[in-house]
Amino acid sequence: MNKIVVENFSLTYSDGTESLQNINLKIKANAITALIGPAGGGKSTFLRAMNRLNDLADVATLAGHLFIDGQDVLDPKVNIIQLRRTAGIVFARPMPLPLTIYENIVFGLRVAGERRKEVLDETVEQALRQAQLWDEVYDRLNDSAFAISGGQQQRLCIARVLALHPEIILLDEPTSALDPISTAKIETSLLELKENYTIVIAPHSIQQAARIADDVAFFLQGEVVEFAPGEKIFTRPEDKRTQDYVQGRFG
Amino acid sequence: MLAVGSVLTILPIVAVVIYILVLGAPAINWEFLTQMPKNGMRDGGILPALVGTVYLTLGTALFSVPLGVGAAIYLSEYSSDNALTRVIRLAIVNLAGIPSVVYGLFGLGLFVVFLNFSTSILSASLTLSIMTLPVMITTTEEALRAVPQSFRVVAISLGATRWQAIRRVVLPQALPGIMTGIILGLERAAGETAPILFTGAAFFLPRLPHSPMDATMALPYHLFVISTQVPGMPIRVQYGTVLVLLSFVMGMNIIATVIRSRARARRVW
Ligand SMILES: Nc1ncnc2c1ncn2[C@@H]1O[C@H](COP(=O)(O)OP(=O)(O)OP(=O)(O)O)[C@@H](O)[C@H]1O
Ligand SMILES: [Mg+2]
Repeated sequence: MNKIVVENFSLTYSDGTESLQNINLKIKANAITALIGPAGGGKSTFLRAMNRLNDLADVATLAGHLFIDGQDVLDPKVNIIQLRRTAGIVFARPMPLPLTIYENIVFGLRVAGERRKEVLDETVEQALRQAQLWDEVYDRLNDSAFAISGGQQQRLCIARVLALHPEIILLDEPTSALDPISTAKIETSLLELKENYTIVIAPHSIQQAARIADDVAFFLQGEVVEFAPGEKIFTRPEDKRTQDYVQGRFG
Repeated sequence: MLAVGSVLTILPIVAVVIYILVLGAPAINWEFLTQMPKNGMRDGGILPALVGTVYLTLGTALFSVPLGVGAAIYLSEYSSDNALTRVIRLAIVNLAGIPSVVYGLFGLGLFVVFLNFSTSILSASLTLSIMTLPVMITTTEEALRAVPQSFRVVAISLGATRWQAIRRVVLPQALPGIMTGIILGLERAAGETAPILFTGAAFFLPRLPHSPMDATMALPYHLFVISTQVPGMPIRVQYGTVLVLLSFVMGMNIIATVIRSRARARRVW
């Protein structure tokens, strides 16, 4: 089943660079889709387009369609707050808010008006368990979120997104600042989470894509050169440029 | 070299403070702070001037804090960089450079005469507010800009509106900086004579003001009066008054410094 359908999607920033050109993708539900490609290819731009976080940046033009469950998120009438709760994002560096661990996780619920303590407490435990962090922090939920390690902070950011009860999880190089052990933990939880969520990730290496991705899209200078199941991209890519990239010949 | 330079700079300040302490301290006692002036202000206390300065400072805060902080939030968080905001910023910079007596005359024209608020605490507070606004706006804006942009993006990515992101994340982080700016602005207002001269300061009032529409005595103006207008003024009373004004202003300064250094120590980003 396709959760996200992208049709002829293009985006330019106001400095004139055409950052995404005519993207067409069908992203499956309950799967991990990896966006790979060299720097500046447009992976982050694409991720941030899906929950309209690009609205905060200097975007000049948008064209085409970006359907989530059949609803075009580029439609001016779309409820953006609701969209951002449906498609939560995790950034490259761990970015806790300057609040406690607990308040970081319930932030999205609080701004949505949730006040019931039982609901908040329950969400915190559930989200932390899903992000494999509960055992490490359950006894210091009221400490500053900056008081835990970088790897823990990043899992906290994942838990914070899970607390929104999203359908889609967007991750922009979530392990690029982490050590191999923290990275492995996050990859394990992503593989578990895909049972219940649609996951789109810009992995921080080709190896990571190979380890976790079901489908892979190769982004090169704003275009999707090739989009196929991971084993196909890594073993017998159709495009010469894809082959060069996955074999490490450029980028 | 630098060390010598800084000592040479601080030396006169220290000397002045010591001089004031030595000459003023003997005047300071409970009576001096809580009694009306007596005998043509040559005796008794300075209560009405002290209370007046407190009222004027609070009155100034009442107008300048919401306006200044609000304007800074607008400029730093909402406005885009266009012709209008550039004009506003230019105006703020220029306002900061205007001599305080000009504010006094402006307040006289606008509040006392045109709006008919008479020479009153209200007129004087409004005048002082306008004078402090540039400081309030500039320091608040700086404090807001010091909060990393990523906090706003993260909050918004979690479904917060722009205002929720400001209210729940940005403002709490900027608060110490904003408080410091507010106090420094009010401190300047508390020590000024010229802006209140024509707008609300009374030469001598043997009672405390009853309402915002009353004129009031105030420490800086009282000091001017007893230093130049009253023959046979005891030095002790003059320097006692200086010492009280200086303590008031320095006290605010110390509070601001404490807030700032505490916040620095606690800051995580
Ligand atoms: N806020 C912005 N304003 C203007 N141009 C931008 C902005 N963000 C990205 N770009 C440009 O858009 C293009 C795509 O950038 P993007 O960050 O999406 O690439 P990426 O594939 O995520 O790269 P990386 O692997 O380095 O993260 C680049 O040319 C970049 O310079
Ligand atoms: Mg990127």
